[in-house]
Parts: sequence; C-alpha cells; structure tokens
Amino acid sequence: MNIVVCAKQIPDPAEPGALDPQTKTLKRDGKLILDESDMYGVEMALQLAEAAGGGEVTLVSMAPDNKVDGLRSGLAMGAAKAVLVSDPALAGTDALGTAKVLAAAIGKVDGAQLVLTATESSDGYTGTVPEQIAAILGMPSITFAKSIEVRDGTVYVKRQTDAGYDEVECPLPCVVSVTAGVVEPRYPSFKGIMAAKSKPLDQLTLADTGVDAGSVGWGGGGQEIVGIEDAPAREAGEIFEDDGSGVDKIVAYLENLKIV
Amino acid sequence: MADYRPPLRDVAFVLEHLVDLDALCALDEFDGIDADTLLGALEENARFTAEVIAPINRVGDIQGSVHDPATNTVRTPDGFADAYAQYVAAGWGGVPFPPAYDGGGFPWLAGIALQEFISSANMAFSMAPLLTQGAIDLLLEHGSEELKERYLRRMVTGEWTGTMNLTEPQAGSDVGAVRTRAVPQSDGSYLISGTKIYITFGEHDMADNIVHLVLARTPDAPPGTKGISCFVVPKFLVNDDGTLGERNDAVCVSIEHKMGIKASPTCVMSYGENGGAVGYLIGEENQGMRYMFTMMNNARLSVGLEGLSLAERAYQDAYTYAIERHQGRAPGAPAGEQSLIIEHPDVRRMLLTMRSLVEAMRNIVYVTAEGIDLSRHHPDAEVRAAKAEFVDLLIPVAKAWCTDMGVEVTSLAIQIWGGMGFIEESGVPQHYRDARITTIYEGTNGIQAMDLVGRKLGLRGGTAVLELFDTMAGIDAELAAAGPALDGIRVALADALASVRSSVEWTMTNGLADPRDALAGATPLLRMFSLAVAGWLMARQALAAVAVGGDEGEAKLSTASFFCTQWLPQVHGLGAQVSAGAGSLMELSAEQLASR
Ligand SMILES: Cc1cc2nc3c(=O)[nH]c(=O)nc-3n(C[C@H](O)[C@H](O)[C@H](O)COP(=O)(O)OP(=O)(O)OC[C@H]3O[C@@H](n4cnc5c(N)ncnc54)[C@H](O)[C@@H]3O)c2cc1C
Ligand SMILES: Cc1cc2nc3c(=O)[nH]c(=O)nc-3n(C[C@H](O)[C@H](O)[C@H](O)COP(=O)(O)OP(=O)(O)OC[C@H]3O[C@@H](n4cnc5c(N)ncnc54)[C@H](O)[C@@H]3O)c2cc1C
Repeated sequence: MNIVVCAKQIPDPAEPGALDPQTKTLKRDGKLILDESDMYGVEMALQLAEAAGGGEVTLVSMAPDNKVDGLRSGLAMGAAKAVLVSDPALAGTDALGTAKVLAAAIGKVDGAQLVLTATESSDGYTGTVPEQIAAILGMPSITFAKSIEVRDGTVYVKRQTDAGYDEVECPLPCVVSVTAGVVEPRYPSFKGIMAAKSKPLDQLTLADTGVDAGSVGWGGGGQEIVGIEDAPAREAGEIFEDDGSGVDKIVAYLENLKIV
Repeated sequence: MADYRPPLRDVAFVLEHLVDLDALCALDEFDGIDADTLLGALEENARFTAEVIAPINRVGDIQGSVHDPATNTVRTPDGFADAYAQYVAAGWGGVPFPPAYDGGGFPWLAGIALQEFISSANMAFSMAPLLTQGAIDLLLEHGSEELKERYLRRMVTGEWTGTMNLTEPQAGSDVGAVRTRAVPQSDGSYLISGTKIYITFGEHDMADNIVHLVLARTPDAPPGTKGISCFVVPKFLVNDDGTLGERNDAVCVSIEHKMGIKASPTCVMSYGENGGAVGYLIGEENQGMRYMFTMMNNARLSVGLEGLSLAERAYQDAYTYAIERHQGRAPGAPAGEQSLIIEHPDVRRMLLTMRSLVEAMRNIVYVTAEGIDLSRHHPDAEVRAAKAEFVDLLIPVAKAWCTDMGVEVTSLAIQIWGGMGFIEESGVPQHYRDARITTIYEGTNGIQAMDLVGRKLGLRGGTAVLELFDTMAGIDAELAAAGPALDGIRVALADALASVRSSVEWTMTNGLADPRDALAGATPLLRMFSLAVAGWLMARQALAAVAVGGDEGEAKLSTASFFCTQWLPQVHGLGAQVSAGAGSLMELSAEQLASR
C-alpha cells in the first residue's frame, strides 16, 4: 500500500519568529524544519506500511526557496521518497491554494491510496488544508484520527472526539488527518540519516503541477493583510489576599470568564 | 535548570570558520561525507539528545546509581536503560569508527561534536559511551584480528559497553604501581586477579555485556610502567558463535558515593576472587603503557570537552535566569522599577566571561580534534607528523585549561543565580558538582602541567613549541589588514604571546638545569600557554566574525575582543610564578607546613 504524507516545513518554533513589516507575514528565510505535527503522520504511515508488509511512504510538501531540510528528516525517519513544490509565484498562497498545489502533487504519486496529514499545522493552524485536498481529489475525508488500521481496502479509524472516540470506516483511497501526540514518532537513526541522502527528492515548479497561477500566490487568495500589530503586553495579574473568601473569589473570577 | 538547547549555530560557526571541514571531508578516508551531511547529522542528533538524554539528567543526580550488595549488581537511575537502548538503536556511538566494524566512518571531529551535546545534556550518562569509545580506540589500534572480530562490532554499536581499568588504591597518578596479576594459562588466555578502584560504569544494567580493559602484570614483568600489560576481561565470556557464555570472575563489590556525576557508577572491581577472571592479552606483554598512550590523547581531549560541555550548559542556565530575574535598579533605568539583572554591569561581566570562555574552549577542542583527524588520515606524511605534534602540544591545554574553566564557568552560573544558585532545586549546582571531577581524572591537571613541561616542550628539541609560537604570532599581519576594529585584539595578543614565550623559554633553559624549578612553575606555565593558544584562536574567531558580519559576526567579534583585551592579559601576572623556581615552595619542611 502506497501512502502519501503531507509534510509541512516550518521555521523552527524554538527560534523567535519575526514578522516582515514589508509583506506583513512571518519571515521564512531561515532554515525550515519538519513540522512536529506532521511527524505523527510520518510515523503512522511508516507503521501502516510495515503492517501491510510493504508499500512506499512518499512525502509531499510545498515550501519556499526549494527548502528540503524538513523533508530530509522525514526521509531519515524512513519515508522512501519526497516531492517538493517550490516556486516564487507561490508566495502568499492561502490554505485553499496550498491544497490545490498539494492535491496536484499527490496526483503525481503512483498508486497513492492513503493520504495522511496533520489536523492542523503548528505555524499556520488554519486546519482546513486536509479537507480541501480531499475535496479537490474527490476522496472521502476523515479527521482527528488517533489510530488507523487498513484491512482489505478499508480504512478503520478511531476518531478523537471531546467525549471519547468514534469508530469510522471508509474505503480507500481517502484522506485522513492525524491528531498530534497519538504515536511516538521515531528519531531518525544515524544509518537512516545517511540513507536519506540518496533517496529520490523530486522538485516541482508551479507549472509542473498544472495548477493555475491565478488561483495561488498573493492574488489567488483574494485576501490581503492590511496591518500587523504587536500582541498587547501581558498585564499584571490580580492579587487577592486570602482572608477566607479565596474560594469564592476564584469561583467568581472563573464565572466571569464563563468557564464555570 | 532550563531545558538544554544544543548550540547548533555556535558549533557550526567553529566547524565553518575555525577548522577546514571541506578539506577534511575531501580526504579519501571520508569519501561520501560532506559538510552538509555532517551538519545535518549533528542536527538530528542534537534533537535526540535534547529530547531523550537531557531530561533524565536531574533524576540521575537525585537517584544516582545504586549497588545491590546481595547480587553485586548496579541499578542505574529511572530512564537510563531505556534512553541507552534508544541511543544504541539510533547508532550514535559508532559514528566516528570505521565502517569495517559497523561504524559510520565519520571524522573524529564529528564524534567530538556529538560528544559535546551528550555531555552537556547529561554528563553522567555520557560516561558509558565515552569509556566504551576509549576501549574501542585501544582495541582497534592494538587488538588481534581475533579479539576485534569477537568484541568490536558490538562495542561500536553500543550493545556492549567498555571500561578502562587502570586505577588501584596505590596506583592513581602513578600507573606504574599497578599490582593486579595476570598468569598465563595453557590455552593462551590469562587468569587475572586483583582489585581496581574508581572504575567508571564497571557494572550497570544498560547493556548485555561489559568489556573491561584491565592493566595487570605478568609474573616476571619488570617493575614500573615497563612491566604493564593490557587485557580484555569480558563480564560474560563470548562463545565462538558470538553468543554469551559463562559469567566471568569480575565483580563490582561496591560503588562510590560522589560529589557529582552520581548516575555514573564508579565501581570497585574485584577480579579473580573465585579462582581467577579469564583475560585475553592485547598485543604483546609489557606493552600496556605504550598502548594506553595511543588512546590517551583522545581520552584527554574528551575530558577537556566535558569542561566545555558543562560550561555551555551552565551558561544557558545563567543566561535564562539573567533575562528573567528582576533585582535592583540598573544605572539609567527608570526609578521605582526593578531591572532585569542582565542590565547590571557586574552581571554582564560574568555573562561575558562565561560566554567568551565557552567559545574559547570550543575553539581549542574542535581545532585539536581536527588535528587528530589530519594526523591520522592526511595523505602527506609530513602534514601528518606536523599535526601529530600540534595535537601533542594542545592536549594538556585542552584537558587542563578547559576543565579548569569548566569549574570556573559552572561556578559563575551559581553566582548569577544568587542564593537560588546554591539551592539544589534550581538544578544549577549539579553542573558545578559534575564539573569538579574533570580536573582530576584522566591525569590530574597537575599531571597535565608536568606533561607539558616534561614531554611536550622538549618535542623536536624544543623546536616544535617555538614553531607554534611563530605560527600564532603570524596572525598579526592578518589582524592588521582587517582594520582598526581588530587593533585592540592585535596589540593584546602580541603582548601576551611575547610574555608567554619568554616564560616558556625560561622553563626550557632552567628546567634542564634543575627539573624541580621547571616542575614548580609547571601549572602556571600551562595556564599561560593555554591562554596564549586560546587568545590566538579567539583572534582567528575575530577575523572570521568580521568576514561573516551581521548579528552573528558582531557577537563573535565582541566576545573575542573581550577575551583578548580583558582576560588574556592575566598572562602578565603569571610569569613571576613560573620563574620563581622551586626554592620558595620547598623552603619549609613538611612539618612546618602544619597549621597550628
Ligand atoms: C502570508 C502567507 C505567505 C505564504 N507564503 C508561502 C510561500 O512563499 N511559499 C509556500 O510554499 N507557501 C506559502 N504560504 C503557504 C503556507 O505556508 C501554508 O502552507 C498554507 O497557508 C496552509 O496553511 P496552514 O498551515 O494553516 O494549513 P492547515 O490546514 O493548518 O494544515 C493542516 C495540514 O495540512 C498539511 N499542509 C498544510 N500546508 C502544507 C504545506 N505547505 N506542505 C505540506 N503539507 C501541508 C500538513 O499536514 C498540515 O499539518 C504562505 C501562506 C501565507 C498565509
Ligand atoms: C569519578 C571517578 C571516575 C574515575 N574513573 C576511572 C576509570 O574509569 N578508570 C580508571 O582507571 N580510573 C578512574 N578514576 C581514577 C582517576 O583517574 C584517578 O583518581 C586519578 O588518576 C588521580 O589518582 P589518585 O586519585 O590516586 O590521586 P593521586 O595520584 O594520589 O593524586 C593526589 C594529588 O597529588 C598530585 N600528584 C600525584 N602525583 C604527582 C606527581 N608525580 N607530581 C605532582 N603532583 C602529583 C595530583 O595531581 C593530585 O593533586 C576515576 C576517578 C573518579 C573519582
């Protein structure tokens, strides 16, 4: 069974992010790493391929400046190959545009039956790309998977809910988004890192994907960032002396926030 | 204690600017490895180390390893065995060893960078791979094909760990006093009996087998270091098919309660209490000390690196606190508000001292590691010899100075934390306690100073060290060409080099006349020599910083300037101690030195 994992490459969250006052967006000129949210998808895909006794895991990503470091991490974990779409014309692409590009790239992967994504990325967290990909590819979409099994062409998913989980099944091919933290992503081994160097990594331009340039980039989204402002500084907390009425004060405070 | 963040940019700066990584990777030995691959591997390792090894540092300190006298086994702290299994599965231990034994075939320099991370993350944990590495090094160089086939692969993978058994109660610095006995048997093996003390990871629960390398004497061995042989003594004998056989008569009878590295079991090992431990001779009889010397440079460099690693970790903690803690009002700050302590000039002094020392140590350790690679693998025999000499000169510097500064910097971290730094809960005292051993083992720093004076200054009749001074002074023209921003560094370095060179020359002349005079000044001389080398490398850092520019370049230039103009001038105060001779030190009798 061949599996595609959408692997977003993001600025290292450990580095302080900075906004570019010109474009009013996050600066992405530094190094990009594999989004931790997508490591769960990669891990699940590897486990599913192992359980199926074969099949390839392919990473698909869209990122600026031909950045591949994050993809190398995924390859080092064990994915067989990767496809990267990178093109200056993609700057400013919104979630729908991203989904179009990713769907087109996924379409180029031979025999891809299962597409895994994270439920939302760590930096953009729009949380809509997976469903958009499914719609574009005409595939069923299952969200918030905490576990996935595949038997005889059917996917069985435990789908995380507030109260517990739903058991959902659906025929292949389909798109499943994976909840963060549900598996323990493996660390790449030294041998895996060395092997990753020689794994195939296809680099596509926008033209290669066949996606209409008018539907992506700054123009494609039909939206504009008109201004950015610093988040307000955190205000000092309120301090109450506990004169015996502490509990009431806490309850009143929480009620005021509509938490209780 | 803040989470450990591997200083990838700082390490990359040294790899990109202080050593020539591309030239190193271009050597035949490192075919298929390039700078990018190497840096990529470091990054993945850094993440693993920070997320898996660092989080158990504190629990290791609190729980320590525990010896069970009923079974003579040692239990390592919670999480250690599991983390070690992950370390083995990921294959990090084998990175700098030959592919023929399942190693990664990377330069030693890469191994040093990996080791920096693991020692910063968790020094006690790092001792298991470190001692294994030493044992592998010695076996690779001197073991028979048969011994290598039987033991090396699983040591390279880390499935089995290794130990080094030199010390005995009467034989510490004086290894020649070893008494453990080795009696040859008809099958070619030996029966080993005796007691070794302070054996790091002599017993533990993280691996299936432990391969002890043991120094012992055969029955008719000459006295002293000339009569020492080296043996492989496995915890479990290894069958011909590679499976584990009988338990050998090599037992950990107790472990020490220590000031630091509490998770690293420091074992009293008893060999041959029940008939004799089976041992296999490495190489030839009576050559053990010579073999030790071939791995000694690497081992000493690794201990110097521990000084760097703990200093880096302590610096991270100090910095984190300095940008959080409000106290007092810094000059110029608005009235009525407490400033962050990082705004106080005296706290800045400490931070800058720490940061520049960390960088200076890293420069020394990595440049020495590059020298080790070149001394082994450069195609030109003359380059190999020159690099071997360079490494020989720098080893006492790397070992002694970096560990002394490790203690200094970890102590400054406590100072920056104020009262809280003295409280164990902060996690900061652990770095200081862990660092304290590094000036003692693998040859005390006093022994390192004697090594410099007794062996290294005399290399090639004294020409080697003087040529190094010429090389170091040769940077002057480059500094001058780089413009007025580097003038301060240039003047300070030239003054320091002149002063250190004259002390070195004093010792070379007068040490020949009376060795006691040379030995009396050995430690201050090693300090001076170290500062000179550190200053020279900081000047190289400054040159690179100017070329790099930007935020990073500015920071590296500033620390290099601070070091050269404010720390390096210490050398001028040390000359008197070097040239005072032994007279004043030996004037009083031992009795007169008693306090009364
Ligand atoms: C202002 C702005 C500028 C941008 N500039 C560029 C640019 O220059 N170049 C460029 O390539 N993109 C650019 N993007 C696209 C952006 O990086 C996101 O990919 C896109 O907006 C999706 O948003 P999200 O991460 O919130 O999606 P979510 O819906 O939160 O993502 C859910 C999951 O979908 C998958 N996924 C989402 N995005 C990607 C991706 N890019 N690659 C692989 N998998 C993915 C992941 O599994 C992810 O966890 C830009 C976006 C904006 C808003
Ligand atoms: C935690 C720990 C782990 C260790 N791990 C190992 C291990 O794995 N394997 C192993 O074999 N050993 C190990 N050791 C032993 C260590 O290497 C010795 O402790 C060290 O070599 C010093 O020997 P010593 O303790 O006998 O001190 P001594 O040799 O008694 O030294 C005492 C003092 O005298 C000075 N001195 C001694 N001789 C001279 C001289 N000739 N000239 C000038 N000054 C001198 C020393 O510098 C020192 O200041 C370990 C020790 C510790 C504490």
